Amino acid sequence: MVVGVRSRASRIRSELFGYANVLPYVAFALFPFYYMIITSLKKDTELYNLESVPLLIQTGAITDHYHYLFFNTEFWTWMKNSLIISVVATSVSLVIAILAGYSLARLRYRGVGSFGTAVFITYLVPPTLLFLPLSQVVVWLGISDTIWALIVTYPTFLVPFSTWLLMGYFRTIPREVEECALVDGASRMQTLYRIVLPMAIPGIVCVTLFGFTLTWNEFTYALTFISQTANKTAVVGVTADLIRGDIFYWGSLMAGAVVASLPIVVVYVWFLDYYVSGLTAGAVKG
Amino acid sequence: MAVAPRALEAAGLHRSGRLARVRELWEREEVFGYGLILPALLLIVCLVAYPFFMAIYFSLSDYWVGSPGEFVGLQNFRDIVANEIFQRTVFNSFVFTGIAVALKAVLGLWLAMLLFRTFKFKRLIRGVILLPWVIPTALSTLAWWWMFDSLYSVVNWTGIHLGLITAPGPNWLGMPGYAMTAVIAVNVWRGLPFFAIIVLAGLVSIPREYYEAAEVDGAGSWSRFRYVTLPLLKPVLAVVILFSTIFTFSDFNIVQVLTRGGPVNTTHLFATLAYQIGLSGGNLGQGAAVSLFLFPMLVAVVFIQLRYIRRE
Repeated sequence: MVVGVRSRASRIRSELFGYANVLPYVAFALFPFYYMIITSLKKDTELYNLESVPLLIQTGAITDHYHYLFFNTEFWTWMKNSLIISVVATSVSLVIAILAGYSLARLRYRGVGSFGTAVFITYLVPPTLLFLPLSQVVVWLGISDTIWALIVTYPTFLVPFSTWLLMGYFRTIPREVEECALVDGASRMQTLYRIVLPMAIPGIVCVTLFGFTLTWNEFTYALTFISQTANKTAVVGVTADLIRGDIFYWGSLMAGAVVASLPIVVVYVWFLDYYVSGLTAGAVKG
Repeated sequence: MAVAPRALEAAGLHRSGRLARVRELWEREEVFGYGLILPALLLIVCLVAYPFFMAIYFSLSDYWVGSPGEFVGLQNFRDIVANEIFQRTVFNSFVFTGIAVALKAVLGLWLAMLLFRTFKFKRLIRGVILLPWVIPTALSTLAWWWMFDSLYSVVNWTGIHLGLITAPGPNWLGMPGYAMTAVIAVNVWRGLPFFAIIVLAGLVSIPREYYEAAEVDGAGSWSRFRYVTLPLLKPVLAVVILFSTIFTFSDFNIVQVLTRGGPVNTTHLFATLAYQIGLSGGNLGQGAAVSLFLFPMLVAVVFIQLRYIRRE
């Protein structure tokens, strides 16, 4: 009895200890976003006043910076570009990765092991290793400075990652289910899309979410391959084109950062558990 | 004329026979396997392997934007190794990667253990903690840039009001040591969730019986950590540290947005220097040579992964 009570008390104490220590980190993680939002709502006179308290909005919130962003810049063009690039690159990569992932996880043929290793190595290649030659490849393909430059190059990091993640999901499907379908006269392709794919839907959702996030957030290639304002992505447009000659641009810059992050935040909040499971599966099964 | 229909029929038969044979071939496991992997393989060959060899070719020639150069052997490598900015970049890269990965590993382990203890609002807390990793890095780094502003820095304001910094506080992005500190801080802020969430998954998978057995044997909390948690987490920790090392070493976004490698090149990393030389400066040959210095690190990480971790 006494032991039980004490252990319960100590468990509560340990839990409280946990919260007390997690709290500062939660504040640390959230503060830049909080600061982004309040900056985007402050009057310039308050933003650039050394006497004001930077942590609060003291002289009233305004939407002028958003107004400037929406009507005086190409912000919506950038958002549209980002959306097109993310959707197309993610869909194409998903199809390629489903085929490759199934092949590597399930089929037996000569070289399957080394193909798997090749995909794994490509997964680890950092984009910054190849951005200079790729900038020339897109010139030769005649798609330099268009959104196609990104649609074509984003699968280079999406496909290896997605394939790797999907292989894990395909392996969890019992082989017997597929064998039954094949015995019943289904072709291999039918077995893949009628039997295997419906069972791998969590994996496919996960890959789609990560694909969308990675392409929307991508910075190196988007900065390198595109210089025309009208063809920029939201992330690069906000980062590179919103800075005007004078120094008083922080309000609209932070407004741009808030709105350009919003699609990711919405998707993230909606599918939080998929992000956590995909992150763990992607890295730990490696 | 009368022969024609029969010939057509024969041709049709012949065609359907060939189709059936193709179909039969397609059903063979190895043919189907190769067929499915082909698109991915083509992509890797054309847009990863080929550019990689191009990078090597660029690095061995005096290739400028718009003018394919001639083969110059190792001249580019000789030039950059002799260059003070490059030497500084090598130093920066190791300092940045070493400190950032160490901080992420220690704090990530600590945070994961804290998250493991908390039960209420578990989902909410995890969601919040993962946020810095999900939001576009270039955009959150913009917020950090403003937080480190030379005149209106909220970091300094808070520090001064808490009595931690003497007014007016450092010019974070304008002073060498401080700029590196700032860049590392943002990298840790962004990368910590990745560590914490994966280590947390590792912690969850440790069977409770091990802890109970250790407790019965009289192990205190430090001994339980030292002799149960740490050894069982080792594989997970190794994978995350390797991942993080390669991606921290090759980082571009944070430095490019926050400092562009400044002040006086004290925060340049290989990627930002390659960008500056190869694209801003137009010297693709030398830029490619700089970015190829990322390759040995990649080889080391891949080797360790394949040799020691994916042994199953």
